[in-house]
Amino acid sequence: MYDKSLSEQSRALADGELSSVELTQLYLDRIKQLDGNYNSYITVTEELALDQAKAADERRAAGDASALTGIPLAHKDLFCTEGVKTTCGSKILDNFVAPYESTVTRNFKEAGSVMLGKTNMDEFAMGSSNENSYYGSVKNPWDTQAIPGGSSGGSAACVAARLAAGATGTDTGGSIRQPASHCGITGLKPTYGRVSRYGMIAYASSLDQAGPMTQTAEDAALMLNVMAGFDHRDSTCLDREVPDYTANLNDSLEGKTIGLPKEYFSTGLDSEVEQRVRDAVAEYEKLGAKVKEVSLPNLELSIPSYYVIAPAEASSNLSRFDGARFGHRCENPEDLMDMYKRSRSEGFGEEVKRRILVGTYALSAGYYDAYYKKAQKIRRLIRDDFMNAFEQCDIIMGPNAPTPAFNIGEKSDDPVAMYLSDIYTLSVNLAGLPGMSIPAGIVNGRPVGLQMIGRHFDESLLLNAAHRFQQATDFHLNTPTTA
Amino acid sequence: MAIDASEIQKVAHLARLSIDDSQVENTANTISRILELVDQMQTVNTDNVEPMAHPLDATQRLREDVVSEENNREQLQSCAPAVEDGLFLVPKVIE
Repeated sequence: MYDKSLSEQSRALADGELSSVELTQLYLDRIKQLDGNYNSYITVTEELALDQAKAADERRAAGDASALTGIPLAHKDLFCTEGVKTTCGSKILDNFVAPYESTVTRNFKEAGSVMLGKTNMDEFAMGSSNENSYYGSVKNPWDTQAIPGGSSGGSAACVAARLAAGATGTDTGGSIRQPASHCGITGLKPTYGRVSRYGMIAYASSLDQAGPMTQTAEDAALMLNVMAGFDHRDSTCLDREVPDYTANLNDSLEGKTIGLPKEYFSTGLDSEVEQRVRDAVAEYEKLGAKVKEVSLPNLELSIPSYYVIAPAEASSNLSRFDGARFGHRCENPEDLMDMYKRSRSEGFGEEVKRRILVGTYALSAGYYDAYYKKAQKIRRLIRDDFMNAFEQCDIIMGPNAPTPAFNIGEKSDDPVAMYLSDIYTLSVNLAGLPGMSIPAGIVNGRPVGLQMIGRHFDESLLLNAAHRFQQATDFHLNTPTTA
Repeated sequence: MAIDASEIQKVAHLARLSIDDSQVENTANTISRILELVDQMQTVNTDNVEPMAHPLDATQRLREDVVSEENNREQLQSCAPAVEDGLFLVPKVIE
């Protein structure tokens, strides 16, 4: 049953083919047996999972079950989960047991889902390779020499290795789509403001957004139904009606126009990756869609703009880690300044310190206009480029990353090279648009994803397009041989 | 824009981080390379462009000025490094 999709498991639970306790135990056994190879979980909550599974079975027996009731999920270790260790991949939170519940995980609790555990990630979601975790690198289940992508690498790897029916992730600059692409799964970053950020440990607040990571588009729709919605506790959450995301999955794509930005297919894109993406687009033509070239002229500026805005917001957000109220405190501080400096320097990893320094510099007196304000102006140009492109098309398609997953260690000494590999994903966060990655084939044993970008709040169309593709192809059914 | 060792120490102090003396030069080099990447922004003219803080140009919501949170002090202090009588303990600030 572990190799079945979340949707199929949901139907099996509804039909009484097995219980949630049986399904949960199956996953717990697999995690014990296999996760030593991947390091995808930081914490496994075995006892809690079995209690929740039992409660889910009772709820079903009482006739009060929904699609997600009894489904075993994994949550990125960035969502606060009451009474459960929540580390954000950092030493500074190694002793942190969250005293409250995030809205996303609360929604899943209320739906009766089971939490198997908390997944590994780049520290504070800063990274594209999952090498920046205090808890060690995650290994790609397709090839354990390869990175799984980041920062939601643990969530991507555990879904790919079938160590959870689905997982939550968060995406600030590609952190759902890029690992989904590298691990051969389906991942959706919703519109900024669609899902509450309450209880998500903040990285860059104007860009962070949570979304589902699953085997199929139908699974993602079921999870998004639970995740999306207004929350007064998140001041940037938008009060828009939540549609049933499964309702339009089978709609025809006849008459829809796909836009291919020419800047997504220029220098730097691996030719094999390009071929898989173009083959996927050809499949869409067979499904009735039209294809048109569009342009996003300021795409290259998304890298500098993002690498000012995100570190600037991070430097402000991470000032809360001061050794006073929660998290790591250094031994025997001499005075307050010593406590701040040593607690933070001991608790944060290299990449996090780097981004705090860049952000602090960009926001410091005399530099604000040249950096943060300039980056926000460019952010508008990037958003407007997308708005212009969407005058001519309904969905934008392209690659998620310039190459398939690279090897662990290959870029870890060169932060700038790592940043440049985010070229296809960053602009979507800057523009606040929904974006998705679906499996589109394999290159040298490593998966390649197709990225789809929609208009604001057009998640239903992305899921519809992804579902139709998955009805016509079987890339999403491929599983790594090591799992 | 390049940043030198003394500047990086100043920024680190603002960020309440300490950098090992042996790492200062290396850190200054890496941050300089990142700032060089970021300086690409200066190649475009943005004179008549408004800065964008929210992609849907949403503004801050207002609410009634009423107490909406319960007092969860004990629970919230359960993860604190040091507390006494409901207060967070820190090193002595005033002589």
